Amino acid sequence: MMRILFAMAMLAALSACGEKPQALQTSKQDASAYTGTGKAFASKDWKQGDKASWESHLKARNQYGQNDYTRMN
Amino acid sequence: MARMKFVCDAERCIECNGCVTACKNEHEVPWGVNRRRVVTLNDGIPGEKSISVACMHCSDAPCMAVCPVNCFYRTDEGVVLHDKDVCIGCGYCSYACPFGAPQFPSQGTFGVRGKMDKCTFCAGGPEANGSQAEFEKYGRNRLAEGKLPVCAEMCSTKALIAGDGDVVADIFRSRVLHRGKGAEVWGWGTAYGSKQAGQPGVAAPEGAKS
Repeated sequence: MMRILFAMAMLAALSACGEKPQALQTSKQDASAYTGTGKAFASKDWKQGDKASWESHLKARNQYGQNDYTRMN
Repeated sequence: MARMKFVCDAERCIECNGCVTACKNEHEVPWGVNRRRVVTLNDGIPGEKSISVACMHCSDAPCMAVCPVNCFYRTDEGVVLHDKDVCIGCGYCSYACPFGAPQFPSQGTFGVRGKMDKCTFCAGGPEANGSQAEFEKYGRNRLAEGKLPVCAEMCSTKALIAGDGDVVADIFRSRVLHRGKGAEVWGWGTAYGSKQAGQPGVAAPEGAKS
């Protein structure tokens, strides 16, 4: 009986020697930008969630906002 | 859509620091952290050149390669972002980055280094688009609002151009053709150069300089 109790006590003591999982935490998944924010404070010229309209809108904004040769000449 | 890129036109930059101010204001970047800064070469000497420098969202980003906890990821548009919940603030990325982009807030006790902060191309982070958590950790997500990075959109001389790599290269090429000089694109070769191992050839504008 004493032996069994001793063995159980030793097993309980050994449990402290267990190892916690140390797997590398990976980055969260990010939603694509074209899905939008779902809020009103966004550019109105494209449909949120529509990839094609987002791309064409950004290209147009890129040209209009930053290519002054197409605006002036 | 091609990948997102930055180009700074050294012939146009007037060192006004409008891009730096716009970035800090838009993202409420804390004191001591500058996601973007203006560097002037040969300052005070006639012919000095200024360029606006931030994370260039490299094709083969060295920060991604050296991060021991793998907190970096690249979006479909080629924007290099990181997860602050995973970052341990070790600073390896700041040693690896050729542009000095990674920044570390140091307002903690004994100047302890916080989690890394850098330019997000106004694309936020891994939190939900437009959420309060995303704003507090990474700043505004302008791309998800159908807008371009505020530094480029606010640039008064349009020296800093940001957006679709093809469009940006076309704009810069037309400028060089019109003025007949200033074809050097600072940092373009380092960030998007085709010589980097494992990367497909990326067409650089004529006269690209690393």
